[in-house]
Amino acid sequence: MVKLKINQKEYSVDASPDMPLLWAIRDVVGLTGTKFGCGMAQCGACTVHLDGEAVRSCVTLVSRAVGKEIVTIEGLSANPDNYLQKAWIELDVPQCGYCQSGQIMSAAVLLKENPDPTDEDIDSAMSGNICRCGTYPRIRKAIHLAAKMQREGGSGK
Amino acid sequence: MSTTTNVSRRNFLKTGAVLSSGLLISFTVPGAKKLGAATSMVGPQSGAAFAPNAYLHITADNEVLVYLAHAEMGQGIWTTLSMMIADELDVDVNKMTVQHGDAWKPYQHTAFGIQITGGSSTTWSEFDRYRKAGATARALLVQAAAQKFGVSPSECKTENGMVTAGDKSATYGELATAAGALPAPGEVPLKDPKDWKYIGKGVKRLDTPAKINGTAKFGMDMQFPGMLTAVVLHAPVFGAKVKTVDAAKAKSIPGVKQVVQIPGGVAVLADNYWAAKKGRAALKVDWDLGSGVKVDSAAMLAQYKQLAKTPGTPAGKEGNVDSAMSKAVKTVEAEYVFPYLAHAPMEPLNVTIQLKGNQCEIWTGTQMPGIDQEAAAKVLGLKPEQVRVNTVFLGGGFGRRATPASDFVKEAAEIIKASGKPLVKMVWSREDDVKGGFYRPMFLHKITAGLNAEGMPVAWKHTIVGQSIMEGTFFAGMIKDGIDGASVEGVVDSPYMGAIPDRLITLHSPKNEVPVLWWRSVGHTHTAMAMEGMIDELAQAAGKDQLAYRQELLKSHPRHLAALNLAAEKAGWGKPLPEGRFRGIAVHESFLSYVAQVAEISLNSDGTIKVHRVVSAIDCGLAVNPDGVKAQIESGINYGLSAALLGEISLEKGRVKQGNFNDYVVARMFDTPAEIEVYIVKSDGKMGGVGEPGVPPVAPAIANAYFNATGRRLRQLPFNKAVHSIEADMHIPHT
Repeated sequence: MVKLKINQKEYSVDASPDMPLLWAIRDVVGLTGTKFGCGMAQCGACTVHLDGEAVRSCVTLVSRAVGKEIVTIEGLSANPDNYLQKAWIELDVPQCGYCQSGQIMSAAVLLKENPDPTDEDIDSAMSGNICRCGTYPRIRKAIHLAAKMQREGGSGK
Repeated sequence: MSTTTNVSRRNFLKTGAVLSSGLLISFTVPGAKKLGAATSMVGPQSGAAFAPNAYLHITADNEVLVYLAHAEMGQGIWTTLSMMIADELDVDVNKMTVQHGDAWKPYQHTAFGIQITGGSSTTWSEFDRYRKAGATARALLVQAAAQKFGVSPSECKTENGMVTAGDKSATYGELATAAGALPAPGEVPLKDPKDWKYIGKGVKRLDTPAKINGTAKFGMDMQFPGMLTAVVLHAPVFGAKVKTVDAAKAKSIPGVKQVVQIPGGVAVLADNYWAAKKGRAALKVDWDLGSGVKVDSAAMLAQYKQLAKTPGTPAGKEGNVDSAMSKAVKTVEAEYVFPYLAHAPMEPLNVTIQLKGNQCEIWTGTQMPGIDQEAAAKVLGLKPEQVRVNTVFLGGGFGRRATPASDFVKEAAEIIKASGKPLVKMVWSREDDVKGGFYRPMFLHKITAGLNAEGMPVAWKHTIVGQSIMEGTFFAGMIKDGIDGASVEGVVDSPYMGAIPDRLITLHSPKNEVPVLWWRSVGHTHTAMAMEGMIDELAQAAGKDQLAYRQELLKSHPRHLAALNLAAEKAGWGKPLPEGRFRGIAVHESFLSYVAQVAEISLNSDGTIKVHRVVSAIDCGLAVNPDGVKAQIESGINYGLSAALLGEISLEKGRVKQGNFNDYVVARMFDTPAEIEVYIVKSDGKMGGVGEPGVPPVAPAIANAYFNATGRRLRQLPFNKAVHSIEADMHIPHT
């Protein structure tokens, strides 16, 4: 049993220490918003926050997450003022939607560290997140919109 | 089943006769009646007081339930089909509860005859059925209100889920029970387009909120108490068979519950994915590799090049091509080469399956639930109606989740049968997905064109080589006179052919062990590149502007022209570009829609291509949800760009060389254009699709831009690999 703190809640998790955090979150704890896409930190669908940093949970061992604050898409969504999600709705970003949890988790860290990113900053910060539906142009625009809302504390319009 | 539902069922049967008349039939799968047509499935069990048809129920609590005959895989039909009902029913589209329908006969495709989401056909094929479903329900609600209010139906008005007459009003929920008891009406008139509130104007996607907060359920997210997760060790080579299995070490891994052999390999069942995957890694399996071990894609290409020197089965013939070619002032010859491609949807394939006695239930993201239902039933020795298929959100489809062989559903059924366990989720790893076959086939096009003194084509000789995707499937009946239409679509029906009096198009369909399948835009994935690449080469040979040359050839094709001209205008065709930027253009019709694209590129320092901007115009007839149309074209552009620049599956000694996104490279954000602009041609032409037609023109638009940048022709995909060897062996000089 390992103790994990996910979205401000303590869990006793029956997981072998070599189990990637992704499977502890999905298969053991049962939070399925964090997605499995590649299993080797190539696609970013499994992105979560570990002490505020975006990590690929499919290659992050459970043992590394012990004692840290883990936030998943479910935890991020608990904040009703999430500008990213507002911008995602405003610009109709998702298509199949499978990668979008990971996209939003990566974008959240970008906006925390860089409140006014350029296209290049966005391309670079989001380079680890693949979207096979190719929603990239809308993700880029939505990050700009969310950044604007965050700076102005409003709708960004 | 409640009495109310029984009444509703009868209503459906009566109403169904009305709904099934007058539908556009453009193409029917031969023998479709025998396929996926389990008739005694129960359909939606909403218990709703008013269930006038299979597509729409209304509860006494005023909940409007929409059942989709098609699957949502990103293309937006969750929203579009709901809009059609909402407009006729006069309800707020944002207050509807949308869900996928079961595998059930009323959800069979109105034109194709099986339950399928594919062929970019959902919107046009359901446009009448879903509007009529809403209109019929509205008529019954009005009738119920008229009786309740003691007025005539003509005195009643409907708006926002209410019927009003004078000072009297009732919600649809309040009228549901009474409406549910009424007999089905006859033909109900549909609204005049000027009265549409949503259609043609647009609605934000109804599935966005669930897809950005982690609550949307994909197949991968199915979880039930007592469920085991299965991971399969697949054959290393297509068609290989298990000889011996040593599972001792695998069974000793904590969490591993069982190891079973199935026809395609060995399945490890465990408490969770990680344990199952570790168990799989510990298996020792000896394989009988079979003939598949000989497959080598490089050797296959050499063989295709040889084959292309000989004529294949005629697919299109007019006049005397050899005689016309001999009289041509100039001839141009080119060979276009396309690799195998994996679909690689973000969600790896998975199926959750439950077996209780003779009742089976399946949860999966599928484009063909009826076919999967039949396949699972066959494996399990059940009747199709004993298998319930629940379609959940698809984490991408692109054709991979419409497999005539039902490979992944069949595999899950084999696992539950062999294991004797009640509930199993089978999960493919990314490597299983990339190495698992069902690829867009490798293709080769060899084209010779003859030009007259004005530089216009007068002779066209075209040989296509590539595996048939229909062969060996229940679609094989569509192969006519040895021609799989999916191999030649976009060539035999190309609008350019009408302007060329003497032509011969032939096809070779070699067979091998590699499973192949449609891949977003099917034959057009290669034929558009071959046609639009070649036309561009002819414009060059004729010394003409690439846009003007196409305009001349397409002068009797107004929808091609409209898209072409709009894209050219918006892209600023002919206007100066910044230093180092170059444009290329292409236009192609597929799935009844006409799409033109102008790509703007520059070259990276290593000679590879950077695409900065793509301007696209589409004529799809009525755009039901215009921003949804734009989103699909953007998506098609990036999906096509991924294949044009980066994508390739290759095989050596029967083994697929790629396995994950590190070596099966797909477009990331930085690979994609900073600017994608989509313009919709104002059109009252026949409705077409939008899911696929954005894909085909991308590759030729980029290749043609590359020619304008370098004077060299790209004829082999993926381009960012081909640019390095282009001089060496791909450049065939013009004669």
